[in-house]
Amino acid sequence: MTGDANGTGGDVILRLEDVNTYYGRIHALQGIDLEVQRGEIVTLIGANGAGKTTALKTVSGLLHPPMGKIIFDGADVTHVAAHELVRAGIGHVPEGRRIFARLTVLENLHMGGFTRSVAERSEDLERALTLFPRLRERLSQKGGSLSGGEQQMLAIGRALMSRPRLLLLDEPSLGLSPILVQQIFELIKEINSQGMTILLVEQNALQALNVAHRGYVLQTGKIILSDTASGLAANADVRRAYLGEI
Amino acid sequence: MYSRWVERLTDVSISGFLWAFRIVIVLVVVVGSALTLTQGKYSLATWIDLALNGLSLGSIYALIALGYTMVYGILGMINFAHGEIFMAGAFGGYFAAVGLAQAGLLNLNPLTAVLSVVIMIAVAMAVSTTLAVLVERIAYRPLRKAPRLIPLIAAIGASFFLQYTFRGLFGPGIYAYPAVDVLGEAVPLSFIRLRWVDVLVVVSAFVMMAGLYLFVMRTKVGTAIRAVSEDKDIAALMGIDVNRAIVTTFAVGAAMAGAAGVLYALMFRQVFFFSGFIPGIKAFTAAVLGGIGNVPGAMLGGLFLGQAESIGPTLFLDGFGVPSPNQLRDVIAFTMLVLVLVFRPSGILGERVTEHKA
Ligand SMILES: Nc1ncnc2c1ncn2[C@@H]1O[C@H](COP(=O)(O)OP(=O)(O)O)[C@@H](O)[C@H]1O
Ligand SMILES: [Mg+2]
Repeated sequence: MTGDANGTGGDVILRLEDVNTYYGRIHALQGIDLEVQRGEIVTLIGANGAGKTTALKTVSGLLHPPMGKIIFDGADVTHVAAHELVRAGIGHVPEGRRIFARLTVLENLHMGGFTRSVAERSEDLERALTLFPRLRERLSQKGGSLSGGEQQMLAIGRALMSRPRLLLLDEPSLGLSPILVQQIFELIKEINSQGMTILLVEQNALQALNVAHRGYVLQTGKIILSDTASGLAANADVRRAYLGEI
Repeated sequence: MYSRWVERLTDVSISGFLWAFRIVIVLVVVVGSALTLTQGKYSLATWIDLALNGLSLGSIYALIALGYTMVYGILGMINFAHGEIFMAGAFGGYFAAVGLAQAGLLNLNPLTAVLSVVIMIAVAMAVSTTLAVLVERIAYRPLRKAPRLIPLIAAIGASFFLQYTFRGLFGPGIYAYPAVDVLGEAVPLSFIRLRWVDVLVVVSAFVMMAGLYLFVMRTKVGTAIRAVSEDKDIAALMGIDVNRAIVTTFAVGAAMAGAAGVLYALMFRQVFFFSGFIPGIKAFTAAVLGGIGNVPGAMLGGLFLGQAESIGPTLFLDGFGVPSPNQLRDVIAFTMLVLVLVFRPSGILGERVTEHKA
């Protein structure tokens, strides 16, 4: 059962309260309130430049909001550094994949499991390679030599290596062929069905709303709408602005 | 109109000048070598001597160059204070040696002598590492997000600061390095002339380089350092403490430089507040030669520069009748720095730097 749009009650894993993030004087997030419950896929949709990436970076600690509060798993993590949030259970697959090009595929995966012990790591590695069998043949290849689709799989596999309890995905379908896009969304559903909570950022709003339970619409740094995924997909404004309907 | 002409003219004259420069260098190298070799003034044994000397010198440059290249790799800055870190290590080793000499251990017997050298190197590594970590913390970390030129200037400032601190502490005079007698003795080999100090320098330098290479390529922390060198934000998203990786890089580079400080001082038997400057710039040259940011490149660049400096003056210049060409070894090193920067800024091992930028 997915929570309702206002996110009252339930088992909340992530909550943003009036979060404001800046790049110098640019006010990129202007008072965001958002909630993700355990087991959900929540999607954040919005046009280019709306602040989706900024929102994820703020959650994972790459950016720190001078105003507002971020609660993860019951603890205030507003000022916790990114590398510590990995230990706390946040995994972030960044926009553009950002594979370590000069490290091998295996080294990339090992870095994903940096916070884990060597014994745990080999178990996680096996899991990641079961999920992405293509990577197994490429373990000793440099990350930079992979195709776009393989890099996306590596980016996701790498993030899973830390055994996160919340996975942030930033435009995982960007730049991939339609078949691969389909595969990625299938995969997102599969990971979620195994119990992973996911906060998914997408420009491909239709697909995102298809897999998500709930969604938020972001416009120039503000949340302008939030509803169940099906509610958003049926919303006339959303259809006009983000699903390409006139 | 006028300014465009001036621009064209400058372009033409610059590329003309560069060509002339290339041709002169090639001529000096080719004609000089031919003349020297045909005159047959030097025996094979002399060339071997020069090559062995170049090997000792080169392995020291290689050790120092690693620090430049690793810091460049992770921060994109040239740590101009690295020569002073090297000098500080040499001083640390000096005081350890004085203490050991007073305790009567330095030259008691070959075993205590070897142990003494090990202690000197350990002290030097500790001193250099401590200093480098402090410099990073105080002078570089606050400028991490500043434009690229700013940390460079801070590095030059740190270099001067350390030089004059040591001058203030120990005065402007040159300290004669305590002699470890066994090291001056010849290795009993009939076919080559070799002192034990050369054996010590080359063996310990190669052991340390191999260790460093394994550390960087095979360990979890080494891989984390490479990850941070490539992408700091993403490294943080892996759970890597970026500051710690950077400090570790400084520490490891400084440890190599500290050890090199003792080895160099054992070869040349002196240390003073300014004695890091020339070896520092030469090791920087070696790092650039190997492609700055590239770890094996720094090692190769150092070894190459050692040979160029040791064999080069005699081979290229003696044939022209240049008197005592060995006085010109510094000229060789700096000519090479200019040549590489002008003609192949990515260094011998090439493209890594540009890939890093992409
Ligand atoms: N590093 C940055 N420096 C300055 N402004 C930035 C930076 N990154 C993003 N922005 C600005 O912040 C706003 C939100 O960007 P972003 O979060 O990347 O949007 P989205 O991911 O929704 O496309 C945009 O106006 C963008 O120009
Ligand atoms: Mg974005």
